[in-house]
Amino acid sequence: MLCALALTPWFLAHNTAVNMEARGIQSGFDFLVQPAGFDIGETVFEFDSERPYWRAFLAGVFNTLRVAITGILLTTLLGTLLGIGRTSHNLLVRTVCTVYVEIFRNIPVLLQLLMWYLVLAVALPPFDAPYNWGVFQLDKNGLAWMVGTEGDTLFTFSPEFLAVLLGLTLYTASFVAEVVRAGITSVPQGQGEAAASLGLSRGQTMRYVMLPQALRVIIPPMTNQYLNLTKNSSLAVAIGYPDVVSIANTALNQTGRAVECIAVIMTVYLITSLATSLFMNWYNARAALKER
Amino acid sequence: MSTFTPIPPRPAPSSTVGPLAWLRANLFSDWPTSLATVSIGALLLYWIPPLLDWGLLRASWRPDFDACRVDGAGACWGVIAEKYRIILMGRYPFEEQWRPLLATILMTALLVASCMRAFWRRWLVLLWIGVLAAFFTLMYGDILGLTKVETDRWGGLPLTLLLATLSIAMAFPLSLLVALGRRSELPAIRSVCTLYVELVRGVPLISVLFMASFMFPLFMPQGLTIDVLVRVLAGITLFAGAYMAEVIRGGLQAVPRGQIEAAATLGLSYWQTQRLIVLPQALAAVLPGLMNNFIAIFKDTSLVTIVSLYELTGALGLALNSDADWRPYKIEGYLFIAMIYFAFCFSMSRYSLWVERQVNKGKAR
Repeated sequence: MLCALALTPWFLAHNTAVNMEARGIQSGFDFLVQPAGFDIGETVFEFDSERPYWRAFLAGVFNTLRVAITGILLTTLLGTLLGIGRTSHNLLVRTVCTVYVEIFRNIPVLLQLLMWYLVLAVALPPFDAPYNWGVFQLDKNGLAWMVGTEGDTLFTFSPEFLAVLLGLTLYTASFVAEVVRAGITSVPQGQGEAAASLGLSRGQTMRYVMLPQALRVIIPPMTNQYLNLTKNSSLAVAIGYPDVVSIANTALNQTGRAVECIAVIMTVYLITSLATSLFMNWYNARAALKER
Repeated sequence: MSTFTPIPPRPAPSSTVGPLAWLRANLFSDWPTSLATVSIGALLLYWIPPLLDWGLLRASWRPDFDACRVDGAGACWGVIAEKYRIILMGRYPFEEQWRPLLATILMTALLVASCMRAFWRRWLVLLWIGVLAAFFTLMYGDILGLTKVETDRWGGLPLTLLLATLSIAMAFPLSLLVALGRRSELPAIRSVCTLYVELVRGVPLISVLFMASFMFPLFMPQGLTIDVLVRVLAGITLFAGAYMAEVIRGGLQAVPRGQIEAAATLGLSYWQTQRLIVLPQALAAVLPGLMNNFIAIFKDTSLVTIVSLYELTGALGLALNSDADWRPYKIEGYLFIAMIYFAFCFSMSRYSLWVERQVNKGKAR
């Protein structure tokens, strides 16, 4: 059996080599230094079609990280509020939060992304009549951060970015809410009653007694949700947000180097997942119960 | 010397029955609660009437797009009346669509039956084999006088159901083996299983699907081509297997060591111990977790639209993208398939709660 396990990779590699030769597919990562030949809609740094492929991939990685990090921050905020809301004494708050969670976690995230993209395409105000809030301006180009009065922008969030962010945040928040609720219900009821008998208000009870204890239960599953959000950001390819998967997809179609492009995607996500779980493990060790 | 002054009598306790008391207890117990009630109530009053107005009152239900173009028209549900055949069945030949319909009904009946206690018998396995055979016969045809329909024309709801059911059914035994393998005493098996689980859980499903559609063909010996549906199924199965293996491993760890030692004392072999002692307890403990995985897989089947298989999500694009008359009403189409997904996932999660209660019955005091 072990022999079979050891031989399988060799067999697959051999087949791949034979097939690639037969189909005239070149292999190797040398294409990374060749000019990409395509433009990217939005990048953190300068990019044009003359730049090499590796810079395109890097731009994609930055775009993935940009949407994932913002998404994680927003989803934590919204999910925690919803989770606390689900344990509220207020019937209306409880019901609204429950309905939210049940609706958003039972519809595929891809479908939600597509829907938000469509809704934004229709609902964003036209160019000639943008919404303005202080330095922010919202129109069909997305959300822009204006500098000065001349219409210079510091940076712009495209509608694609907003759709991915909105979809991922609202979807993942429903799972985060359940994680937070499970954490809060895991704290024995006596703790809350004891805090109340000491005269702590409900907000203080939550802040000083329930949440610190709930955090220990919350952190490991919360890590999983963060990782899920990061991995789900790969669905951006479906609505044309230039994240690393969609760049790799374009590169794959242009160069035909399937093995290399998919290897790039997988490496990027493996590194991100590993880094996130290392950080969360460190944070978990800090929040864990200090025992002798 | 002080004179005696009686303290004023306490007011009578407020009533704890009746609608007013109920309101006070549930909605207005103190001022932050009241504030929350009022502000959320106001938001709901602001949002819900226009939504109802758009979705029901001003909506157009007839398959007539001129009626939807009238000024002030609401939702155009006519798009579903017009396009439901393509949305639900994809590119399947129009006059043959009774076949996928029948196949879908059979498959749904099988799934519902498998959820009921009365059917938890040995012959359920035979029933599964029978229904799956019938499903493929109906869909593919080429025998019994049915015309042949290639898998690239399958689509819509039957494809979604097929992908979800088959990948769950195949991923389950795989994940059992991997979970046992991760606890094996043989380092080679243990490390192979760990590597598989960690690798797969570290990458997004879409990269596995890309692999299935672009790389699997390269892996195969020359001259051997495998249908894209089978490749995608294999991809989802491998992906789901890793997640399910972790859930099952959690259950295995919850079985006390004494149980395994007792089994060894009785002279049971490794496989007997696992089959008769460990797995029944482990699986019962993690059933809710497994149900969560099943729901996730069902939702994840929507991703195959990115590698050009037309399940529900893809079929909707197929139905509307090339039709300029109806394309403006795609959001109604999305809402329609969202309701289908919701119906399946929500009933699965309710069922999971019921199973959990059944499993915990023995533990109740």
